[in-house]
Amino acid sequence: MPHVEFAPALTRHVACAPQDVDAHTLREALARAFDAAPGMRNYVLDDQGCVRKHVAVFINSRMVTDRTHLDVPLERGDNVMVIQALTGG
Amino acid sequence: MNGPANSSIWVGTRKGLFAVRKGASGWEVGMPSFPGEPVSQFVRDPQTGACYAALRLGHFGVKLWKSQDGSNGSGEWKQVASPAFPAKPEEGEWKDDATPWNVDMIWALAAGHGTLWAGCLPAGLFKSDDGGESWALVESLWLRPERKEWMGGGYDHAGIHSIAIDPRDANHVTIAISCGGVWQTHDGGKTWANTSKGMIADFMPPERKEDGNIQDVHCMKMCAAESEVLWAQNHFGIYRSTDAGKQWNRIGSPQPTDFGFAVAVHPRDARTAWFVPAHSDQRRIPVDGRMVITRTRDGGDSFETIGDGLPERDAYHLVYRHALDVGDDGDTLAMGSTTGGLWVSEDGGAEWTCVSRDLPPIAVVRVA
Repeated sequence: MPHVEFAPALTRHVACAPQDVDAHTLREALARAFDAAPGMRNYVLDDQGCVRKHVAVFINSRMVTDRTHLDVPLERGDNVMVIQALTGG
Repeated sequence: MNGPANSSIWVGTRKGLFAVRKGASGWEVGMPSFPGEPVSQFVRDPQTGACYAALRLGHFGVKLWKSQDGSNGSGEWKQVASPAFPAKPEEGEWKDDATPWNVDMIWALAAGHGTLWAGCLPAGLFKSDDGGESWALVESLWLRPERKEWMGGGYDHAGIHSIAIDPRDANHVTIAISCGGVWQTHDGGKTWANTSKGMIADFMPPERKEDGNIQDVHCMKMCAAESEVLWAQNHFGIYRSTDAGKQWNRIGSPQPTDFGFAVAVHPRDARTAWFVPAHSDQRRIPVDGRMVITRTRDGGDSFETIGDGLPERDAYHLVYRHALDVGDDGDTLAMGSTTGGLWVSEDGGAEWTCVSRDLPPIAVVRVA
């Protein structure tokens, strides 16, 4: 299963432990993580369900550049990391 | 906050919310709630005593926090729902809306008759009937075709910065938009009418100057005891209405200027109001480096330029639209600047005490 983790810059606001999720796309993976921590959703996604401008999502250390279309396929064992971008300080 | 009325001031800043209280030795700042976080608005529900603080996190967006017990200024805050737009339509009139359907900032908060109202930037109006646990977009306003003509005033998009709830009528709410004029509902938000007649937008082409839909109202306040009387500090000029906004009358220029962002209105005397003048649109700093207040006590027929205790030279403070407030005693005023200065007057604005010059930039002050 893919693995999802949120950086401390996010978990200081909403507790959410790293977790394996049953998901086949990035959008599904984030949704499963938000099931466990509903308050995290609007820290990561905006009102339209897009990744916020100053949040960055990495899949296996590669940054996801399309903030809108999150149906990026995930493989078993992929590592999703969500961090606070350095922009927007 | 407990304590005598008008002895506390909530100060929302770029780096937290301060509960400034009057102690034995003067006004004390104390430690902030939400240290390091930008606070854009604050309101206390007079009926329930609940306090609401709106945050505008640089990375993670708008958040709303509530304290049911604001009694000691550092009461327990818990996060509640924040206003959010629904999915932008993919068909129809609004599918190519140039305004993003994302709340960037909560710019106005008002509570009355059991309802919480939030005015946002972009200019969505939201209401909550359950103390912030859930919010609904007031679509009857958001989907008005006139919104396509609203413009940003100091921001990329139009925003709702003022909300006045009629204390006599829960269904009667008046809002002001920069730049979108004054709008009112008499049915709780089901329908709206633009009520900006008399306002003139000097910055517009001549044939559009009187268009109510593009007026740049900086801040609008209602007299609590005489809710037919509204005051507005616009981008160009000061206006007053004595008929609940049906007609606005421009007020003659006080000295040094009638340019500014904030207005405070006496809670019981509709003829008394305060303003914080800056030099001009082109120069948004005090005239000659001297910080003053202007006050009228006769409905704008005349003004006094007052402010003993305010900096008289080399002062470049700007008081933004939500950073001037008067307490319900009509005498205690608080004023905060974008330079982090906080001043308090306890005699209706004649004499001021500097509480701090070291605060973060101040967005909002509320005397409690």
